[in-house]
Amino acid sequence: MGLNISLAPEVLFYIGSWPITNTFFWFFWVWLALIIGSFFLRKNLKLVPGKVQNIIEMLISAAYDFTESIIGQGKKAKRIFPLVATQFFLVLICNLLAYIPGQAAVSINNGELMVPLFRSVVADYGLVFMMTIITVITIQIVAIVVSGPFAYLKKFINITSPLNFFLGLMDLIGEIAKIVSLSFRLFGNIFAGEVLGAVMLFLAPFFVPLPFLFLGLLTAVVQAFVFAVLTLVFISMASEMEVEAEEKVNI
Amino acid sequence: MEIQAAKYLAAGLAIGLGAIGPGIGEGIAASKALEAIGRNPEASGKITPLMFVSMAITESTAIYALVISLIILFG
Repeated sequence: MGLNISLAPEVLFYIGSWPITNTFFWFFWVWLALIIGSFFLRKNLKLVPGKVQNIIEMLISAAYDFTESIIGQGKKAKRIFPLVATQFFLVLICNLLAYIPGQAAVSINNGELMVPLFRSVVADYGLVFMMTIITVITIQIVAIVVSGPFAYLKKFINITSPLNFFLGLMDLIGEIAKIVSLSFRLFGNIFAGEVLGAVMLFLAPFFVPLPFLFLGLLTAVVQAFVFAVLTLVFISMASEMEVEAEEKVNI
Repeated sequence: MEIQAAKYLAAGLAIGLGAIGPGIGEGIAASKALEAIGRNPEASGKITPLMFVSMAITESTAIYALVISLIILFG
């Protein structure tokens, strides 16, 4: 008997030569449920909301108010809200699903060894990496659209003085570091929570893991929030370059 | 030294050294937030979520160290 922890998600079965991992398997159902749920919700929207619509309206309006409080009211908030809210609710639902009791006990045989059927979706670096890439590409597009391609390029390649050239290179590294920092933060927190839970279960199966589970629950909610808020803050920073440029022209 | 022993040592060192800074930083964040709540208890609703966010961001360097040590151990 030993601890069985792997960084990569476990492969459940193959369709042709395409490996289906347990995180993909689970994410597929989450994705399907979200799409179908939002489709039906949209179809059944009423002026006088029912119970479900009421709860969802409350959540959405609270999230929208928060978005406005960071990026300012108006068009910007309306444009950025769908991306940020989707990221938040997706990560939140994926994280919380890992705390359904009993699911960790289900394991199946994939031909070679027994693998758990379920695994916290965010503990797969592939998903987190792709979400981060979406965020980073959005940031770059917003920055380029706002400040113009040449002004944006000038921020990184500046040959007016050696110091400015060095600072430009640093900015470039900073942009690349965003990918690592955003994705590692989410992935590391959730995966560390999983590993901590597994180690605690291994050491003392009863009652001792409980506080760590609560800690993991807190982390799940906070990290979903942090990921969305950082996306929001980065994009609002990228969209405010224009203001600085205009101020310089006016002076 | 055997490679396995060196791996365990490296993982322990990585997370142990990496956790020093964030530990101090999170302590500072929590103490300042509690101080602020003590001065103005009505603002606790606003302060607490901001404290959690800033603590999660402070924590990130520790998380990098943790990811590195997990990669050393299980990768």
